[in-house]
Amino acid sequence: MMEYIDGIEETKPRILCCQCGTVIEPNAANMCVACLRSRIDITEGIPKQAIIHFCKGCERYLKPPCEWVACSLESRELLSVCLFKLKGLNRVRLVDAGFVWTEPHSKRIKVKLTVQGEVLGGAVLQQVFVVEFTVNSQMCEDCHHVEAQDYWRALVQVRQKCDNKKTFFYLEQLILKHKAHEQTLGIKPIHEGLNFHFNTEAHARKLVDFLQAVLPCRYQQSKKLISHDTHSNTYNYKFTYSVELVPLSKDSVVCLPKKVSNNLGGIHQICLVYRVTNSVHIISPVSAQIAEVSAVAFWRNPFYSICNPKQLTEYIVMDVEIMKNYDQKTFPGQGAISQKHVLADVWVVRASDLGRTENTVHTRSHLGHVLKPGDSVLGYALGDSNVNDSNFEKLNPSQVPDVVLVKKYYGSNKSARQQRRRWKLKHLNEEYSNFQKETNDYIEFLDDLEEDREYRQNINIFKDTSKLIPVDTDEIDDPTLPQITLEEMLDEMTIEEVEMKEIPES
Amino acid sequence: MAFRVQFENNNEVGVFSKLTNAYCLVAIGGSENFYSAFEAELAETIPVIHASLAGCRIIGRMCVGNRHGLLVPNTTTDTELQHIRNSLPDSVHVQRVEERLSALGNVIACNDYVALVHPDLDRETEEILADTLKVEVFRQTVASNVLVGSYCVLSNQGGLVHPKTPIQDQDELSSLLQVPLVAGTVNRGSEVVAAGMVVNDWCSFCGMDTTSTEIAVIESVFKLNEAQPSAVATTMRASLIESMS
Repeated sequence: MMEYIDGIEETKPRILCCQCGTVIEPNAANMCVACLRSRIDITEGIPKQAIIHFCKGCERYLKPPCEWVACSLESRELLSVCLFKLKGLNRVRLVDAGFVWTEPHSKRIKVKLTVQGEVLGGAVLQQVFVVEFTVNSQMCEDCHHVEAQDYWRALVQVRQKCDNKKTFFYLEQLILKHKAHEQTLGIKPIHEGLNFHFNTEAHARKLVDFLQAVLPCRYQQSKKLISHDTHSNTYNYKFTYSVELVPLSKDSVVCLPKKVSNNLGGIHQICLVYRVTNSVHIISPVSAQIAEVSAVAFWRNPFYSICNPKQLTEYIVMDVEIMKNYDQKTFPGQGAISQKHVLADVWVVRASDLGRTENTVHTRSHLGHVLKPGDSVLGYALGDSNVNDSNFEKLNPSQVPDVVLVKKYYGSNKSARQQRRRWKLKHLNEEYSNFQKETNDYIEFLDDLEEDREYRQNINIFKDTSKLIPVDTDEIDDPTLPQITLEEMLDEMTIEEVEMKEIPES
Repeated sequence: MAFRVQFENNNEVGVFSKLTNAYCLVAIGGSENFYSAFEAELAETIPVIHASLAGCRIIGRMCVGNRHGLLVPNTTTDTELQHIRNSLPDSVHVQRVEERLSALGNVIACNDYVALVHPDLDRETEEILADTLKVEVFRQTVASNVLVGSYCVLSNQGGLVHPKTPIQDQDELSSLLQVPLVAGTVNRGSEVVAAGMVVNDWCSFCGMDTTSTEIAVIESVFKLNEAQPSAVATTMRASLIESMS
């Protein structure tokens, strides 16, 4: 048996290495390993020294082209940063990589690499070598901003001269969705608006363009000379963009000038703002006629709200009579009639007067599709209110409805509704939004999102995992209560936090 | 003695020349350097002639020959054949063969007594080969390669075979040929030994890349050092001295 195996062994041919004459088994190069090594260096194209950049401020390493990663010495992340710096590794097969210990203060990192490469005629050669990295310090962009005291060069002031802040909440969500705030140095909430600070004018300009695309607004630009070099003819300016949003918010009632109402297809002059996106959407409660007013059209002939959501009063529906199509008056040149709303004659009583008076108030409303006798509804008592508006004063009093119904009211138990809410929104600035979260405006904004599908289609809604335990819903068992379906919600990513810093006034 | 030569910067000298004990064929090249290297060594003993076969320079791979004769493929033109016949000694028979495997140098390896041939070689060619070259013919492979003429170099003294030829095969071939064989390389590790070198009983030419180790292997297996005229003095020295004393 042993002899047989020996016999097999001996049939293997032996030749002399063509370079040094050692007896070897023939291989693809017909050379011994030592000679092959001395002749061919598979690590030829790989640099043996390289530089990696390290930011002293935040102790992060630069991963080219522009990413900064925090990693400790001898960690896997640092190894990947090091290997990333080595060009020519794709020509060989990397088998193993590891650190060689170096003194932490030496600013040197040594990496031991084992690579395999194919050499003449298919022989595979394995080679071990050490690459030395020099750690150079370079300040990262974030630390640079901190060092420069968040110096800003351009400012965008977004303002809305309006009582409620719903449009701002909507804007915040739009900015988050489109990541329009990425270049900002900081965002500061101030009275009637927000300030966005930027490093360069171009970034500010970009935000202004974004705002113009998503909201009806106009802007003015100004610049202030900071310094000026007469020799090189360079000027250093600070730029300020003042963006004014249309001072209308959802659920306000407006009184259109006669001219505008004619331009918009003869819409009734008393109109309700039912949505604000990149234009103002208005609907006439008496004819369900709708119109869109773009920013340009608005600023040409501005009109203002005569009733604000603060003045909403609760009514109880006593009777509803849906209007037949043939009862509706039409005229040539009339604008579009909403197909989503149903015109109805509604008799209501003020909720506070319920039971005390027999006198119901008649009004015509576009909410025929949601209202039934006994429902609560919110509306403006236009006939009783004192309105200061030049257009309204010119209006024939007979044309003014006594009550303008705005929306169905789903009970006064707001906290229960809020508890039931299984979704949440993200915010730009945590401290700022925590303060704002409790306000009525914000809660109403959330209600609006639930009620209007088209309103929420432009923003990101996240699942609120903390509220997924079913709460006792006995208090609210109204099946008509609008909700956001699970399909519309996104799962939250909690990997990165968008940090915002305070801006010193300068 | 083994010499390093190059044909127009190409180390595959076995492709461009054919060396036997009775004559040497050299391809027609752009310069005469290659030819003169052969001429310097061989002109005193055997004819060194320029030749082409079917208009090609790769004569070493296209023809096969020994001291007794020369086989050329049937693509050889009449003029070329006439030129070769005129230049070679009368004792050498030149014969054209009709063979499908027309690169005869690649499919046949021979010395003056035996020939190894491709297993698929024509029966007729085999007969012509035996008659013209006066050899015993064996159908064989070298290291599982059918191109025995490419992977095997033979002289009457020894032979060099493909480096991966197993020891058993080497023993078998060696007993057929009755000469010692060794596995080796030329031109710094090239396995195609017949393309990298030519050899006869006293002289060898190999490519410029051939290392000294390879030269040493070649010289020892083909017994090139002993073939020098001085060998007479060394091997016969004892008897000479004895007879003189």
